[in-house]
Amino acid sequence: MFAVFRDLIRYNIEFAIGVVLVTIVVLFALLSFFSPVDTSLIYLTIPDQPPSWQYWFGTNSRGQDMFWQLSTALRNSLTFGLIVALISRVISITVGLLAGYLGGWVDRALMFVNDIFVAVPIFPVLVLFYFVLRNNMDSLTLALIMACFGWPFDARLIRSVALGLKHREFTRHAVFAGMSTRKVLLEEHLPYVMPIVFATFMNNMLWSIGLEVTLAVLGFTNINNPTFGTVLYWANSHSAMVVGVWWWIVIPVILIVMTFLGLFLLAMSMNEYIDPRSRLRRMGA
Amino acid sequence: MHGYLLFAGKRALLMLAVIFFGVSLTFLVTHLSPINPVEAALGRMTARSVSNPEAIVAMRAALTELYGVEAPLWSQYLNFWGRLVRGDLGPSLMAFPTPAMTLVMRAMPWTVTLLTVATLITFVVGNILGGLAGYSQNNKFLKAFGIVAIAIQPVPYYIVAFILLIIFGFLWPILPISGGFAMNVTPGMNWPYISSVLQHAILPASSLVLVGFGGWFLGMRALVSNVVTEDYVTYAELAGVKKSTIVGGYVMRNALVPQLTALAMALGGVFSGTVITEQVFNYPGLGSLLIDAVNAGDYSLVLAVSTVSVTAVAIAIFIVDLLHPLLDPRIRAE
Repeated sequence: MFAVFRDLIRYNIEFAIGVVLVTIVVLFALLSFFSPVDTSLIYLTIPDQPPSWQYWFGTNSRGQDMFWQLSTALRNSLTFGLIVALISRVISITVGLLAGYLGGWVDRALMFVNDIFVAVPIFPVLVLFYFVLRNNMDSLTLALIMACFGWPFDARLIRSVALGLKHREFTRHAVFAGMSTRKVLLEEHLPYVMPIVFATFMNNMLWSIGLEVTLAVLGFTNINNPTFGTVLYWANSHSAMVVGVWWWIVIPVILIVMTFLGLFLLAMSMNEYIDPRSRLRRMGA
Repeated sequence: MHGYLLFAGKRALLMLAVIFFGVSLTFLVTHLSPINPVEAALGRMTARSVSNPEAIVAMRAALTELYGVEAPLWSQYLNFWGRLVRGDLGPSLMAFPTPAMTLVMRAMPWTVTLLTVATLITFVVGNILGGLAGYSQNNKFLKAFGIVAIAIQPVPYYIVAFILLIIFGFLWPILPISGGFAMNVTPGMNWPYISSVLQHAILPASSLVLVGFGGWFLGMRALVSNVVTEDYVTYAELAGVKKSTIVGGYVMRNALVPQLTALAMALGGVFSGTVITEQVFNYPGLGSLLIDAVNAGDYSLVLAVSTVSVTAVAIAIFIVDLLHPLLDPRIRAE
């Protein structure tokens, strides 16, 4: 594991940049556990202070210290992404492995459902959920709904790997040795799809955090829970750019771009590492 | 020909299933929710003005009849389908008494045009440049393009649109940032109107292109750099086939098949992006309509926009799928 990590850092500049960005972001998010202020309260400091030694990221028009505000927002957004990614990974692994291994009508039925889920545009559906749930919509509900829509792409990917594994010798050995289907899938096939699961994990986080930002910016989530999106929502509703409180917009946007770029670079370089052809080309062999 | 018909039939079946699932989902979400649409609409109506109790009772009866909420769920469901097929989803509450469908149809051309143009530019340019980058991997210009694509691609739609808005709205105001056309032109087939529409479309379209472009570029580059290692490419090079023929006719064409599948799969997401872009640039399409409807609590308009957008995306995916045999002769021959 450590050797893989060392190789990636040495031969893959994208991976190195990704690791640095994600480390910074995660450390910043972890700082929120030591926050001296309650970030859900407003008018605790002097509003509209530009970045200074006392307030590193300035304060906003609602009298909140942006440093701790953004730190908490980052933690909430990352947690949200993790929850969606974890749940949707479980669904996609189950569907993908079952469809690939069992084949036949199970495969056809599962992939039909899969194609339907791919095609339904998620954004109007999420807006609809907000429309009927209104204030009952908290981030856990939203995470559950998104997880129900975030699995199909990756399930198809896992299925294609599982299709190949099915005809390998060791699968036949396992079946003849009397292993149950559940055991074959969990103990024999799962380790082979784990690299894909890791790479898609990060892509899925990007997707869900991005959607959450979008929904929150429009005010379609619980706007009192600080996340990337709600920070921007409040900045917009106070016309921060027009009244010249630029740090309220620019700093969150920079942090968002850092987070997304970092996670994307990690996912991309992992994808490349999984494919031995591109790995060898990069190492100069 | 027989193979093609079979293929098209399967795809049509999938399209119908998507429409059925999407529409049923919108119905179930709105009807199984704990919030009673009649009371919600009534609450909003009486919040701003004082009405006498008899008027409220009459209004409640009228709204109950309009939504048909006292019937059992399955009959409401059948009724909903019946009205949907006839294209009648009741009057909009926001712009009473205009039918919700009329509002949707008025917004539809804007979204469809924006989406089609942006997707076409993104797909064509992204794939051509990506293909070239995959084929000639030492080209400095294309390498720089790759870095830019990697930097922009993961950023959410909203942030890119927002950055464009700040740049062209505050820092360097040369393009119109809001609306579908200028206030002082009359809609119709005249040049001031058309040029105004085009000018207003530049920013929303370019935000969509900027975000979408990177994905196609990176995907195509990865596909092509794998295809060029195949034996038939080496063989064609040794046989002295022109480079442009190899890239255009063999390498790109083979790599385009999975990209077209990806396009069909991505359309739902692209549509979501359009919704957001429209909201940011205040563009008069389906997205702005949906968000206005949610904010105004317009029950029938929200239902109409959701069902129509699910249906439209399913049809668009079907059309993209029908293009497959043009690239892949195996589908025709099967």
